[in-house]
Amino acid sequence: MMKSCLLCGVGGQGTVLASRILAMAAIEKGYFARTAETIGMAQRGGCVTSHVRIGESVPSPLIPPGRADAVLAFEPGEGVRNLSYLKDGGIVIASDRIVPSVTSSLAGADYSAGTMLGYLRANVRDCFILSAGEVERICGSVRFMNMALAGALAESGVMDLTLPDLESAIRKKVRQQFVEKNLEALQYGAAMIKESRRA
Amino acid sequence: MKMKELLMGNEAAALGALAAGVQVAAGYPGTPSTEVLETLAKRSPGGLHAEWSVNEKAAMEAAAGASYAGARTLVTMKQVGLNVASDPLMCVNYVGIKGGMVVYVADDPGPISSQTEQDTRRFAAYAKIPVFDCTSPEEAFEMMPEAYAYSEKYKTPVIFRSTTRICHSCAVVDVPQLAVPGSAEGFVKDSRRWVIFPRLSYENKKKLVARERELADDFSSYGRNEIIGNGPFGIACGGVSYAYAKEAILGKEELFTVFKVCTPYPFPDDMARSFLSRVEKAAVFEELDPVIEDSLISLNGREEHRIEIAGKRTDSVPCAGELSAEAAGRALSEIFGTGTVIEAPSYEDRPPVPVRPPVLCAGCPHRASFLAVKKAAAGLKANFCGDIGCYTLGNAAPLDMVDTCLCMGAGVTVAQGFCRAEPDTVNFSFIGDSTFFASGITGVVNAVYNKADIILIVLDNSTTAMTGHQPHPGTGITLMGDVTEAVSIEAVLKGIGVGFVKTVDPLDLKKAVSTVQEAINQTGVRAIIFKSPCIAIVKHDRPLAINTDKCIGCRKCIRELGCPAMSMEGKHAVIDATLCTGCGLCSQVCPAGCIGKEEA
Repeated sequence: MMKSCLLCGVGGQGTVLASRILAMAAIEKGYFARTAETIGMAQRGGCVTSHVRIGESVPSPLIPPGRADAVLAFEPGEGVRNLSYLKDGGIVIASDRIVPSVTSSLAGADYSAGTMLGYLRANVRDCFILSAGEVERICGSVRFMNMALAGALAESGVMDLTLPDLESAIRKKVRQQFVEKNLEALQYGAAMIKESRRA
Repeated sequence: MKMKELLMGNEAAALGALAAGVQVAAGYPGTPSTEVLETLAKRSPGGLHAEWSVNEKAAMEAAAGASYAGARTLVTMKQVGLNVASDPLMCVNYVGIKGGMVVYVADDPGPISSQTEQDTRRFAAYAKIPVFDCTSPEEAFEMMPEAYAYSEKYKTPVIFRSTTRICHSCAVVDVPQLAVPGSAEGFVKDSRRWVIFPRLSYENKKKLVARERELADDFSSYGRNEIIGNGPFGIACGGVSYAYAKEAILGKEELFTVFKVCTPYPFPDDMARSFLSRVEKAAVFEELDPVIEDSLISLNGREEHRIEIAGKRTDSVPCAGELSAEAAGRALSEIFGTGTVIEAPSYEDRPPVPVRPPVLCAGCPHRASFLAVKKAAAGLKANFCGDIGCYTLGNAAPLDMVDTCLCMGAGVTVAQGFCRAEPDTVNFSFIGDSTFFASGITGVVNAVYNKADIILIVLDNSTTAMTGHQPHPGTGITLMGDVTEAVSIEAVLKGIGVGFVKTVDPLDLKKAVSTVQEAINQTGVRAIIFKSPCIAIVKHDRPLAINTDKCIGCRKCIRELGCPAMSMEGKHAVIDATLCTGCGLCSQVCPAGCIGKEEA
């Protein structure tokens, strides 16, 4: 067994913490885990990706194209950009809020969430969209979207990690004062998957 | 009692050094190497001196001294840092050491966060210093104590090379309880050993060459160099490329024989000959330079029965950038007609996604500094010489304020060349605070001594920001968290003899612009210190908001600042309150006066 999840977004959105939580949860379950993250210059508002791979053994840290069981898109456009990592039949969970790019703003280019999310929905059968507004309302800041996406991933069952697995990793890794907010975000993400599946 | 931990390669290497009983560690921050020293400081059980040195040369020399005195030492840097440290490196190899000395150098294939794609394995061979090259974070942990053992056995510094995908990838490592190391034996004076003189160097050169052969033999039985499998198709590889090769032959292992090279210099010749004799043909996977490939070609040429070797020299593998499992798979299928070809699904009809290069953060004081100089120098024939740090990002539109960038400290000196060759220009040098200490000061001395005509802009944000906020000599804090004397940049400049030295807050745009204008109106070496802390290390002000009734939609804030917190929504500018730090720069450029603090 080997499962791979690609987390993609814009520098500063908390992809690194989310990938560490997923990997730590996997270790608790007795799996081996590898991650590879974007650290350094690209973190300054550039495109970032985190690769998380878990299983009995994991040959290499980077997920090859077409091999990700799941893509977590912290930003709709970044989800579209990285869709080629998704395997046939894989799952995409995406935030519904765009992060404007300075380059696009300067050029006066039109960039909207609708086009990106529409494309994801049209091309991925298992595509779930989380509301940034809801995360903001529940947790007080959109910064907790990383854990909402992780919660949704756990609920989907794709990575063989459960909500309690992630919860225990969060309690170990996250600073005490932020634990509750992270757990609320986790629950919101999970609830959204349950709801979509029922519908 | 061992603990399973998820560790980054850099953290694993640091814990490996602690397990080996490292006593003195020194380095200079640089992506992707920085976390090694930080982890040492954080996880040391005691008995360790770890420091951020002023630059890599200082770090290497301090470590050499401690090694002479019998301490186990570690020096850390990125690949271009090794250029700075090359002066001591190219001599300490001749002199040798007593306590084990490991030089950890992180290479950056891509490059992702560097100026060059240089290969430290080549540097090691040039310096005749053995080099260890691990294939995974967990191997970094295990290999580190072995590197110390070899260093002491052969009384030579050794290089421990890693690359971004090892440094910054995490894996599961079994970490044992760490013990406090004992104290070093102490320095035994012997001027015939520790003082490098031509006669000594001549004698030692002969020893170096003899040692090279001895080590090549020794490394042929080093357990981490391995020949795996019995297939007819050969793959020689090192570093993270070993992981990519494994993924590329997944399920077809019986067709291949893999030669895993963990000591590219001195090359394990005997083992390599055995590998060559066992395969019909060989592919070589390695990032950066064809180091393993060249060694194999050289050996192959001396064999009676020669085989075909495919790699970078035959254009079978890309000569630049990172390698990947898919690139390895593609090469295998071209070379051997088998291998796992990994097809990327194509989404040709996808809507255009925005270009998203890295930018200065919202609220970054460098944006204000660049804007002030831009406004003050508007209409002048001016050159803007940049340097290495976050502020290199000042090159992007709309600021467009970096005309040159070369290496650490070169902003100060390149401008001096411009003022000689193009005397009718105004030449600005931009340099950050950490870079100023690392290699800017000598450039300023050069400018004063040789009567250059430059305006030095020190962008002082009170930290080494780009690499993740390390302290430096100006901060008054050491790596271990101790309070120390803060070196004043202003006092240094005045001490060198710079007559015009002003310290200004760049976020006060009017004052900042007028100070630059004042400097422009004078000649000689003038210096302005733009002092305002990095937004990542201070508490933010309340975010600003746009009064949409008053916003005239002129886009001036967008066009002049390039702040990632600002964008247009229909006819009005908007500010993303989660990104805005309340720096207030936009409210100083807005002609309509429509930007103010959000109601509390």
